[in-house]
Amino acid sequence: STAFVQWVGEKTPISDTSYVGIDAILEQMRRKAMKQGFEFNVMVVGQSGLGKSTLMNTLFKSKVSRKSVQPNVEERIPKTVEIKSVSHDVEEKGVRMKLTVIDTPGFGDQINNENCWQPIMKFINDQYESYLQEEININRKKRIPDSRVHCCIYFIPPTGHCLRPLDVEFMRHLSKVVNIVPVIAKADTLTLEERDSFKKTIREELRANGIDVYPQKEFDEDAEDRMINDKIREMTPFAVVGSDQEYQVNGKRILGRKTKWGTIEVENIAHCEFAYLRDLLIRTHMQNIKDITCSIHYETYRVRRLNESNILFTSNPPDHPAVQPKANGQPEEQPATPQPNGVAAQHEALSHEM
Amino acid sequence: PNKVQHKHTEHLCLLFFVFQEKQYVGFATLPNQVHRKSVKKGFDFTLMVAGESGMGKSTLVNSLFLTDLYKDRKLLNAEERINQTVEIIKHTVDIEEKGVKLKLTIVDTPGFGDAVNNNECWKPITDYIDQQFEQYFRDESGLNRKNIQDNRVHCCLYFIPPFGHGLRPVDVEFMKALHEKVNIIPLIAKADCLTPNEIKKLKDRIREEIDKFGIKVYQFPECDSDEDEEFKQLDKELKECTPFAVIGSNTVVEARGQRVRGRLYPWGIVEVENQSHCDFVKLRNMLIRSHMHDLKDVTCDVHYENYRAQCIQEMTRYVRNESDNRMESPIPILPLSTPDVDTEKLIKMKDEELKRMQEMLNKMQQQMHDKEQ
Repeated sequence: STAFVQWVGEKTPISDTSYVGIDAILEQMRRKAMKQGFEFNVMVVGQSGLGKSTLMNTLFKSKVSRKSVQPNVEERIPKTVEIKSVSHDVEEKGVRMKLTVIDTPGFGDQINNENCWQPIMKFINDQYESYLQEEININRKKRIPDSRVHCCIYFIPPTGHCLRPLDVEFMRHLSKVVNIVPVIAKADTLTLEERDSFKKTIREELRANGIDVYPQKEFDEDAEDRMINDKIREMTPFAVVGSDQEYQVNGKRILGRKTKWGTIEVENIAHCEFAYLRDLLIRTHMQNIKDITCSIHYETYRVRRLNESNILFTSNPPDHPAVQPKANGQPEEQPATPQPNGVAAQHEALSHEM
Repeated sequence: PNKVQHKHTEHLCLLFFVFQEKQYVGFATLPNQVHRKSVKKGFDFTLMVAGESGMGKSTLVNSLFLTDLYKDRKLLNAEERINQTVEIIKHTVDIEEKGVKLKLTIVDTPGFGDAVNNNECWKPITDYIDQQFEQYFRDESGLNRKNIQDNRVHCCLYFIPPFGHGLRPVDVEFMKALHEKVNIIPLIAKADCLTPNEIKKLKDRIREEIDKFGIKVYQFPECDSDEDEEFKQLDKELKECTPFAVIGSNTVVEARGQRVRGRLYPWGIVEVENQSHCDFVKLRNMLIRSHMHDLKDVTCDVHYENYRAQCIQEMTRYVRNESDNRMESPIPILPLSTPDVDTEKLIKMKDEELKRMQEMLNKMQQQMHDKEQ
């Protein structure tokens, strides 16, 4: 016997077992991502001796820093700030990643450190520029290689007092173009009370100077994000200790620093905040850090470049915005500025903001 | 509830729990991080259906997505169709399953192939596809790229009548006009009027003709060498089965003790989801469950890029012709899009600020001038 039922007009599926299967697209995406692999570019900035290389090695549990790659090179402070990139292909549980650590030896080490942030700013903008050039190319690559700096870890020396003028200068300029994650380096010289008061001072100084570090409040996507990120913002900057030496503590092998008065366990949150930094940077917010770089910092750069060159996109680097060749090859005249600074300054501010 | 739990666990992870596993760095969570973001954002997919009236296109779409998109449709009679041109009609439906949201757009092409003279009846369709590419190109080249809507057509199901002996001239011309603009998946419509042998012969014939005429239909990507044997076997069967012979149905019948989508005939019941009756399940699995993402990728990486490259070359040629004094430089970007409302407001605000400052300065200058006098 057969039954005939017409239900044109109903939206619900016939039975519980019949479903369309659109959730399978997540699996499709995952397969593709696993095949392609990921990229992550992190920059470390801070005076020499603050443990930058050690911290990178600790974070990624392998010798990824520049020093580890060239162990026999004599350590000397360069005369100017240098930018040195080292890339590694790493893999974990089937997930492949090309990790690039960008070191900035020479930063803050000179007698006169004026503008030592400039080569770093230039490097970051150069990466945006090469991405942009590839993006606007007629025959562009399917997957544009991403050398943009996703995150800049800034090492604050553990003075316990307050930020130094150099720290403020650097972060003020760079927080506009890159995600900055400030950390208190070599935090094992601070007691817990000293640490908390230092952090509070730093947070206040950042606020007073209008410096937005990662995670920036204005980029929280929804209430859930805000809740999680608020907790992180209450803890920045993380007070970290790095180490690539293993010790035996309570029957376990742990990474740490052994002193006469005890062993500092790097991954013990009662000792330092390394684990929070690692979780933020790698386990929970890595994708978000990349997204903010792509959809906000890079877009800001792109808009500025588009405005600078109007319709014709010439290949002049952004270092010389004052001389924008006109279509017929003659340099454009600077607009006469008889007015006092007011209006001209406003103009300048505008073009930077946009 | 699942999503909140997941976040909560990660939250705990950050504050209380430290993973002690020795060599584990933790970036293996990256796919999950991406996953969370995608679930939040949701997905979109644009599917075009083309073919003469009465090929069962609407029914098939309803069967594929378990929807009823054509409830209030009015079918035209022959007389009304005489003057009908090919229209483009969009239906949008939001589907949610297991927490995943899909915004599905069906682009219908009523009138295609129905006239007496069907010369270039595909032109409104190719124009539509090009328009979506053009709009995306403008948006992508514009200043504010925050909320670009992707209306590009990701896939076109082309319905071939089962009555003939292979591809007809209109089928060949249509597919050749579109094969470099959109992923074409040819289907044999209303396959329940053919016996298995007839289906096999027709499929072979169509495949031959697709080769012969150089039609580039959508190709399934190659299987990875490290996939398991079962997957490889399924993939092979899928490829050998094209073009899919499909049947759709808006009605439920009882067959073999179960309620199924099907068609009731005096001689038996055709079950849509019975793989020995037709290829509907294969089509659905391929279109939705295994290749939806690839269809979008090929649209973005191949069809759209071709359009964009052509577009840029044409613009370059145009500008070069316009004035020979201009510097030779590629024009990769034309910010042709009008700024959106927010950007316009911002620009206006800044302009007004400037005006005000200018006025203030003029006043000050005047005052200084007056003082001096």
